[in-house]
Amino acid sequence: MADLKSEFLGIESPNPFWLASAPPTDKAYNVNRAFEAGWGGAVWKTLGEDPPIVNVNGPRYSALHSNERRVIGFNNIELITDRPLSANLDEIRQIKRDWPDRAVVASVMLPMEEKVWAKYVPMIEDTGADGFELNFGCPHGMSERGMGAAVGQVPEYIQMATEWCKKHASVPVIVKLTPNVTNILPPATAARDGGADGVSLINTINSIMRVDYDTLTMYPTTDGMGSHGGYCGQAVKPIALHMVAEISRNKNTADIPISGIGGIHDWRDAVDFFALGASNVQVCTAAMVYGFKIIDDLTDGLSKFLDEKGMSSVNDLVGKAVPSVTEWQYLNLNYVEKAVIDQDLCIKCGRCHIVCEDTSHQAITSIVNGERRFEVIDEECIGCNLCVSVCPVDSCITMHQVSDGIDARTGKPINTEFLDWTAHPNNPMRKQS
Amino acid sequence: MPKDNNAAVRSHRLSDEEIARNFSDMHPPLPRSEALIEADRCYFCFDAPCTTACPTGIDIPGFIQKIRSDNIVGSAHTILRENIMGGMCARVCPTEVLCEEACVRNTHEDKPVNIGLLQRYATDPVFEDNVGLFERGTDSGKRVAVIGGGPAGLSCAHRLSMLGHSSVVFNRDEKLGGLNEYGIAAYKTVNDFAQREVEYILSIGGIEVRNKAVLGENFTLADLQDEYDAVFLGFGLGSVNDLDLANENISGVLNAVDYIAELRQADDKGDLPVGDHIVVIGGGMTAIDIAAQTKRLGAEHVDIVYRRGPDEMGASRYEQEFAQTSGVKIRHWAKPVKLLISDKVAGVEFERTTLDKDGKLTGTGEHYSLNADVVFKAIGQSLSEEALGSITGTLELQHGKIVTDDGRKTSLPGIWAGGDCVYGNDDLTVSAVQDGKIAAIAIDQYLREESNNG
Repeated sequence: MADLKSEFLGIESPNPFWLASAPPTDKAYNVNRAFEAGWGGAVWKTLGEDPPIVNVNGPRYSALHSNERRVIGFNNIELITDRPLSANLDEIRQIKRDWPDRAVVASVMLPMEEKVWAKYVPMIEDTGADGFELNFGCPHGMSERGMGAAVGQVPEYIQMATEWCKKHASVPVIVKLTPNVTNILPPATAARDGGADGVSLINTINSIMRVDYDTLTMYPTTDGMGSHGGYCGQAVKPIALHMVAEISRNKNTADIPISGIGGIHDWRDAVDFFALGASNVQVCTAAMVYGFKIIDDLTDGLSKFLDEKGMSSVNDLVGKAVPSVTEWQYLNLNYVEKAVIDQDLCIKCGRCHIVCEDTSHQAITSIVNGERRFEVIDEECIGCNLCVSVCPVDSCITMHQVSDGIDARTGKPINTEFLDWTAHPNNPMRKQS
Repeated sequence: MPKDNNAAVRSHRLSDEEIARNFSDMHPPLPRSEALIEADRCYFCFDAPCTTACPTGIDIPGFIQKIRSDNIVGSAHTILRENIMGGMCARVCPTEVLCEEACVRNTHEDKPVNIGLLQRYATDPVFEDNVGLFERGTDSGKRVAVIGGGPAGLSCAHRLSMLGHSSVVFNRDEKLGGLNEYGIAAYKTVNDFAQREVEYILSIGGIEVRNKAVLGENFTLADLQDEYDAVFLGFGLGSVNDLDLANENISGVLNAVDYIAELRQADDKGDLPVGDHIVVIGGGMTAIDIAAQTKRLGAEHVDIVYRRGPDEMGASRYEQEFAQTSGVKIRHWAKPVKLLISDKVAGVEFERTTLDKDGKLTGTGEHYSLNADVVFKAIGQSLSEEALGSITGTLELQHGKIVTDDGRKTSLPGIWAGGDCVYGNDDLTVSAVQDGKIAAIAIDQYLREESNNG
């Protein structure tokens, strides 16, 4: 059995699954239950200055559902903790005492004044918390007060606040990044330059879920008005993975340890994050949708996966897929794939045909010799993967490389030499060899 | 009938509660939550096989897509514009051999999308709230006589109204609806749905109804040909086929269709007399409906006897199993050779049957008998002699049914036909509706050409 023991910035936990700073880590009661269920760690719901903020007394959450009412995406307008600081500190201290083997990290959000950080950081560290996570990501409410994403969107502020925290803390400091930026690298670099030991990402994405079709107001509202929230859940995973991979593969940021967050729902999602460079992961929405019990699948599935791959720990997996991520201009333009439909698996729904016919390259038949039959027309197939994406049957349509002979579409021989855009004859800016 | 708890044939064998339970909705409607989950199972196939399998060609993935987006009225319109009796068909269509048999989910997981119940989910609100989806076309001044107030006739009349022609429906019975009202097992269409559907169809306007108007008794085809611009024959099959056995008119030998009609019209189903031993002869839907319903009224023993095997039965496997789980025994490969009688029918003697080496049905010489206090004939129906006899001119028939072209035009000028009375029709409500629709479209074209030429 692979060992799931995890060490992130020197913080140990029995597995690499932490609960993200969010409603599930609001107080000792929840965190206790999480640790009983088997979670490796918890990033406490973000602490702030007293007096605590006030939340709305109406809907804080809303969801994007499938027709079966599975939660695909999730939105919230909850702010940081609304409990007195002392209550949180007492509970963190108690939890850390009761669960010494689990990671307990304190998320903090403080105004942009060093003296405030100087006052609170030591007070929080005194609880025995294993580290700090700086909430520079919260996209609603707090950002209007010059905190959260308002800091995270300005690299200079990130660096400044990180420096203050580092100056007054002796435990590791993680900077939590907002995805509400056009390029994740400057904020990540600023965190590193400020002395952060690692970064965590992504926080939630600015979002409005929908309108109410009866009242034609945004939905949900508080007394008829609404404001944007933060979007998370399965739907945001691809955005998170891209940002994690950007930090992992950029030589200036590649050495920054990453805690991956965003839409982790089962163990495979965690594998995505690890393989793209995260050293541990944080989960919130899946727990808020199904409860803490999902940790069983996360740990069991990951452990079996590592065994299957012959890996002894998560560390063996971290970053494995990073070298495969590059820029479009470096993709091999001589490489050819075509779709192949397994006629034994085909249920003849014709979805591949109609999407190819209507929106792609007219490369799939609907009738062959008078019979309903869906076959790829190699002369037309550009290998776009659309049919694979829409086919309801797993593995019925697969992509196969054409490695030699003639490409039926171009009528030209397959060129086995590597050729990317930088050297392509059609590129006026190509590098001349 | 006097109440005699020991009589072999008696009413109120079961309590009112038991009868209510036995005749409650066979497939209760889906709540929204289930409908959305079921709708999500539809793959939205290209050139969908379910649509091809539907005799009326309903755009099934299209209406399911609209259920998914909570556009229920739009969904109902998608259904009803192809099949104005989409509500009844959602209840009575043998979907297991039509749309649902064609569903690609059968290949994927052996469980089709429940198209029938989704269709009901989409259409029920339209009939409950009387949502007007169809408008009469601009009046053409043309009048069409429609003989028969069943699915074919009503479908034809409705489509004619949409196309701007008025019609007069000559209906044999007291109520409109044909077999929707007088046939079909009661648990398939509860709460007087057939009449609600009729009212909805008539609400388009331009359809005049004359009930208790019997072709050959009250009027002749020639009368109508003079008075109307076109005629549609949709009078179904008026006669029940005989067993061709001696003493067939003896007490206790009944037409299944008559009993089914009585059951459908009964205020209290418990009033219907039911035997101890019931023998049903036949293998189609009528046989299933009479057998399952009498069993559900409390008959002790109900046997269906059919001369061939389960695959040859007109009733689908699903229907056969429904009868069996209702407590009916289905006996295959036997034909009746003799009615056993005392003062009334007492049983039926059967000869076992088999296929000879040429594949022809033949008796084996082996006999057995079943006790019966009631015998139901359910071996099919044919065109009534009265109706046919009143028609002058040469109406081309094949196997005793009316021959039509693709537009449902008969061999007689100005006369179209559809539904069970037409050769090649499969006796389904949905096919009758399609016939009426196609005939109306053909009649419309004919009338417009007439106007242009005249």
